[in-house]
Amino acid sequence: MLRKVQAASFAIDDVKLFLDSHPDNAEALCYFEKYKLLKKQLTKQYEQQFGPLTVEGVDTASGTWTWTKEPWPWYVED
Amino acid sequence: MWNYEKKLQYPVRITTPNAKAAQIIITQFGGPDGELAASMRYLSQRYTMPYKDVVGTLTDIGTEELAHMEMVSAIVYQLTKDLTPQQIADSGLATYFVDHTTGLWPCAASGMPFTSVCFASKGDAITDLTEDMAAEQKARTTYDNILRMIKDPEIRDPIKYLREREIVHFQRFGEALRKVQDNLNSKNFYAINPEFDRKRPR
Repeated sequence: MLRKVQAASFAIDDVKLFLDSHPDNAEALCYFEKYKLLKKQLTKQYEQQFGPLTVEGVDTASGTWTWTKEPWPWYVED
Repeated sequence: MWNYEKKLQYPVRITTPNAKAAQIIITQFGGPDGELAASMRYLSQRYTMPYKDVVGTLTDIGTEELAHMEMVSAIVYQLTKDLTPQQIADSGLATYFVDHTTGLWPCAASGMPFTSVCFASKGDAITDLTEDMAAEQKARTTYDNILRMIKDPEIRDPIKYLREREIVHFQRFGEALRKVQDNLNSKNFYAINPEFDRKRPR
């Protein structure tokens, strides 16, 4: 699941650089829109299941601040 | 990973160029107690910090320091962008200008280049958090010294904001240190390194 979010995020990271130097490329603009939407959907799904990826992804409905509850990305599984 | 937001954390709008002020304030970009050192200190320390919530404090403050570095850079940019070569030649900024023009380069007010020697990442939770509290106070003192010398309210306003953030960060690191100490065995207080001697106490 995280891999999917990472893949969609990376697609944006990469096409962003291309668009910085080719701002009128229609194909790249379309690609950006596609992955922007996909990243948004995947991020929402991931955060509902596993917890926040950003501070603004924190769901305060649990009554506690969950930002620091899940493992940090450099931890290896026990 | 990180994402960039195209805005300053707090507005910077300086309309009167001032070479002397730029030469002093650049120290909070690349000086010993500057924002670059602050960010690198906290972001380096966090990997081995044994408590997830303290890692959160280091991550979030380390990230905010990058935004402060951007504010200090914006201040220096606005202070130098309309200076004439004569104004620069007549000011202390001449020695910086000859090497960097008005480009931003991290160094101290004295001209000393940015160096990681000015911060510690010691791999000991108590040592590092104590260092962090001192770092926030050193930065606060530096902002106080800047405010002693600068009269222009347009410069003082964002500097005062940055100074206040140092005080907030000091408080938060104090809470983080207390949390680490509360987790130590009272018999071993200071005798063990909670980052190294204990296996994953998270």
